[in-house]
Amino acid sequence: MTPVLEVKNLSTHFMTRRGVLKAVDDVSFTVGEREIVGLVGESGSGKSITGFSILGLVDPPGRVVSGQILFNGEDLLTKSPTAMRAIRGKRIAMIFQDPMMTLNPVLSVATQMIETVQAHDRVSRAEARARSRDALGLVGIPSPEERLDSYPHQFSGGMRQRVAIAIALLHRPDLIIADEPTTALDVTIQSQILFEIKRLAAEFGMALIWISHDLGVVAALADRIMVMYAGRIVEAGQVDGVLTAPRHPYTSGLLSAVPAAVPRGEPLRPIPGFAPSPLSRPSGCAFRDRCARATDLCATEPMLEIAAGREFRCFHPHLWSAA
Amino acid sequence: MTVFVIRRFLQSIAVLIVTAVIVFIGIYAIGDPAEMLIAPDASPAERAQVVASLGLDKPLWEQFFTFAWNALHGDLGRSFVFNRPSIALIFERLPATLELTLTGLVFALVLGIPLGLVSGLKPNSPTDEVIMTGSIFGFSLPSFWQGMMLIMIFSVWLGWLPSTGRGQMGEFLGIRSSLFTLDGLTHLILPAINLSLFKLSLVIRLTRTGVRETMPLDFVKFARAKGVSERRIVFVHVFKNILIPLITVIGLELGSMLAFAVVTETIFAWPGIGKLLIDSIMRLDRPVVVAYLLVIVSLFIFINFVVDVLYSLVDPRVRLGGAQ
Repeated sequence: MTPVLEVKNLSTHFMTRRGVLKAVDDVSFTVGEREIVGLVGESGSGKSITGFSILGLVDPPGRVVSGQILFNGEDLLTKSPTAMRAIRGKRIAMIFQDPMMTLNPVLSVATQMIETVQAHDRVSRAEARARSRDALGLVGIPSPEERLDSYPHQFSGGMRQRVAIAIALLHRPDLIIADEPTTALDVTIQSQILFEIKRLAAEFGMALIWISHDLGVVAALADRIMVMYAGRIVEAGQVDGVLTAPRHPYTSGLLSAVPAAVPRGEPLRPIPGFAPSPLSRPSGCAFRDRCARATDLCATEPMLEIAAGREFRCFHPHLWSAA
Repeated sequence: MTVFVIRRFLQSIAVLIVTAVIVFIGIYAIGDPAEMLIAPDASPAERAQVVASLGLDKPLWEQFFTFAWNALHGDLGRSFVFNRPSIALIFERLPATLELTLTGLVFALVLGIPLGLVSGLKPNSPTDEVIMTGSIFGFSLPSFWQGMMLIMIFSVWLGWLPSTGRGQMGEFLGIRSSLFTLDGLTHLILPAINLSLFKLSLVIRLTRTGVRETMPLDFVKFARAKGVSERRIVFVHVFKNILIPLITVIGLELGSMLAFAVVTETIFAWPGIGKLLIDSIMRLDRPVVVAYLLVIVSLFIFINFVVDVLYSLVDPRVRLGGAQ
């Protein structure tokens, strides 16, 4: 199976006045056809910037400084801005975190959808409108024909996110990058949206990168999971394996901080300390200051180890009898 | 909407009444117009006759109610100086001011919006620095000084443009204006620039700030993620959002340009209402001053009303009222 997306040694740095901020640091991963990959990590771990790097939407002073992003075998980093524009929205689409902010408040939904159709396909307005209406129907918006002429403020948060998903679906892309699309929604709406996206991805054979800090959501949705910490992927593997038998201490720390993982009545076990400032990351393993298993060895950079379909960066991984 | 219009109308009437009272009393307090109008060597009998004919012998409240009663019938009094209806004097000169103001406004917008966009899209670039520095001059150099410099450079030294008067007027669709002849246009250029320089700076800065505030918003990034062209993002997505503050300020400024064209009109001897106002204040020609202010206040009210209507056209949140 050829991968849809192959990211090789991607580094995205922000040249700030106070120094170089390594938001994404030597990240490599692949996304297969029809595969759903969860990218988890805490705020500032670089997961959103990874998504924006793929689309070429990193704002200055940020810049992709090295690596390759192969999309269907073609390196996106060598493409001209015009060529990238033709790919964005057409072959790779993105859904954002806050549906209250992603739609332009002064343009009607129809305008914002039709422009997406016409940005890539030379079709008439009527045709573009029909396609927009169908897409709205597809994501479960009732009476799409009338809703097309509404403005974003006339929709609820969940409905706006459905509109954003409909926009992402307009061109049946090969890959959708979803940047915490359910974080800003309440829990009941969250599960509806999750279900819809999973259904639509399967129906249209789309690959999906699901960026989230919610392990529960990723567990329910993804085939594979990648855990990011301080700009690097520290562990990656099949969802079941990573969540039941984590190798990296950070992954196990995340898991034991989830309320459901701890028996009722017992206090949650947060990971001690804070994530290091991205401007002054320690050399070697960035997690070592917070890690109970750390030794002097951790001051040197751990290499990526690959064992039984699992990748991790750690000198002292958890050992599980099954692994 | 109907309720809104009616409420607005009632408010406007209240504002007009208050303005009339204040101006009436104010001018009365400044001095006696009879002193200005009557020759010093006139006999007391002649004097009394003139005062009586102008109605100046009556107490202030009676003068006011006579004025108000006549005003309700569309008569804002006769000028003491010209002995003609004051409203006619004003409407005779209003077109000159409107022509000057509108030209100035168009100039400020046509130049200001593109410059602001360029500045906002490339912040801290050399182009931006130049535009921003220029706008500081526009803001801080006093209007009368700018006017005199314009005359010195373009009329005196270079001799390219005339410095006084309205020039020849042409007629188009029954409107007489300097805009319709070449000579008129050359007369219009300098005063229009003078009047618009401050507004130009304002429009540049407003546009720049708007661009800077709107560009980092999520919907702009989302539009990029959709593959929409950068041109469409700037001219549709961003521009439509900037229009909201721009319309507010321009609406207010248009009124103040009309009212304060006085300085420019004085420098360039432009025969507009501003100059009429100054002359009338000097001669304590109360009917003209009161009529002028009532006309200006009415214009302000009208402009504000237009702005509110424009709002609802630009911003759907205003039109449809709140979220569902």
